Amino acid sequence: MSILSYNEEVNMENFYDVVIIGAGPAGLAAGLYAARAKMKTLVLEKNKVGGQISTTNEVANYPGSISNATGPSITARMVEQAEEFGAERKKDNVVEVDFSDKIKIIKGEKGIYRAKSVIIANGATPKKIGCPGEDDLTGKGVSYCATCDADFFTDLEVFVIGGGDSAVEEAIYLTKFARKVTVVHRRDELRAAKSIQEKAFKNPKMEFLWDSQVVEIKGDGVVESIVFKNIKTGQTHEHHAAEEDGTFGIFPFVGYDPLSKIYEGKINMDKGYIITDDDMKTNILGVFAAGDIRVKSLRQVVTAVADGAIAAVQAEKYIENHFEE
Amino acid sequence: MLAVDKDTFQSEVLEAKGYVLVDFWSDGCEPCKALMPDVEALEEQYGDKIKFVKLNTTQARRLAISQKVLGLPTILLYLDGEKIEEVTKDNANRAGIEEMIKKHV
Repeated sequence: MSILSYNEEVNMENFYDVVIIGAGPAGLAAGLYAARAKMKTLVLEKNKVGGQISTTNEVANYPGSISNATGPSITARMVEQAEEFGAERKKDNVVEVDFSDKIKIIKGEKGIYRAKSVIIANGATPKKIGCPGEDDLTGKGVSYCATCDADFFTDLEVFVIGGGDSAVEEAIYLTKFARKVTVVHRRDELRAAKSIQEKAFKNPKMEFLWDSQVVEIKGDGVVESIVFKNIKTGQTHEHHAAEEDGTFGIFPFVGYDPLSKIYEGKINMDKGYIITDDDMKTNILGVFAAGDIRVKSLRQVVTAVADGAIAAVQAEKYIENHFEE
Repeated sequence: MLAVDKDTFQSEVLEAKGYVLVDFWSDGCEPCKALMPDVEALEEQYGDKIKFVKLNTTQARRLAISQKVLGLPTILLYLDGEKIEEVTKDNANRAGIEEMIKKHV
């Protein structure tokens, strides 16, 4: 059953050449290229523009983003640039898509949109540790957003879980606030880039807990203790908040999950990531994917914007070939 | 939306009669800033039954922690100065906040 039978009014106003789902770097780059090609372009975003980088304090590895390039400042420029060329942007949460016909239907909480082509750029979200207590204590000491919550842990203790680039970079950022930051990693060496590691090892506020994983987080209303397990010895130990502190922070950065649930069963995927070819084409004609949501080897701003540009150019070609003027 | 701070929180929220909804946000919290228009829209809708206020935690960290707020965005609902419910992080979206409101008013 088509979701149009939802009995919502669909008019030409909500009919686009290309609808881009997600306003992170991939979606905004796609919006820029699509609008520059004079396509009627809509970028949908459920929450904050910029996606993951909007909560990133420093974007140090995007070419041109030298000193003081924060996630929000880069995002603001991307938005300005895309809108300058005429891309429209709406705040709406896409809850369902119907790609079965030539005209694609995208249903948001606020409206229904139709499009000749779609670029999927929902991105990814931080993965959870998956241990007891984590969900209940999120926002109560457990946080996936250092720029949002670092302030609360001024002069307190913080644990960062993970050993990749984001984990170690966020840990360094958190040392500006916390009394001590301990990086907890399941291996005995970091996976983060060497330059980041060097900075971390030189930081006097940083400590490392190797070969360890988090098995439980406890607390009544706020985080009060955390249980670690040593992977090599199998031994567990529980760390309690210092009495004068009452709590401490836990920031998991153990990887990412693609935000692809609404496409399940509708598009070919591998472990939740959308499969595309080099032209960002999915298995459905007229539907493209860009950025962190697709199967790829490097998920960074620099590759996301490249994906977005390619997807938009391919969408334009697709429309030229499949729709009459 | 009425802005409260660490000096006015007591009188505007904890000593207030009826329902008060508090939007905890901060300068560095981009998701909070993206959420605020939705909270303002809900105020249009429910403002006659609930008092809507916002607290910038940048200048009121201890106050936020005293309300067991350690993560943003967080929206707390008070009745007669008692915290009765909250939504935080991923659940702090328009639908989640409205669901919380509808449970009570």
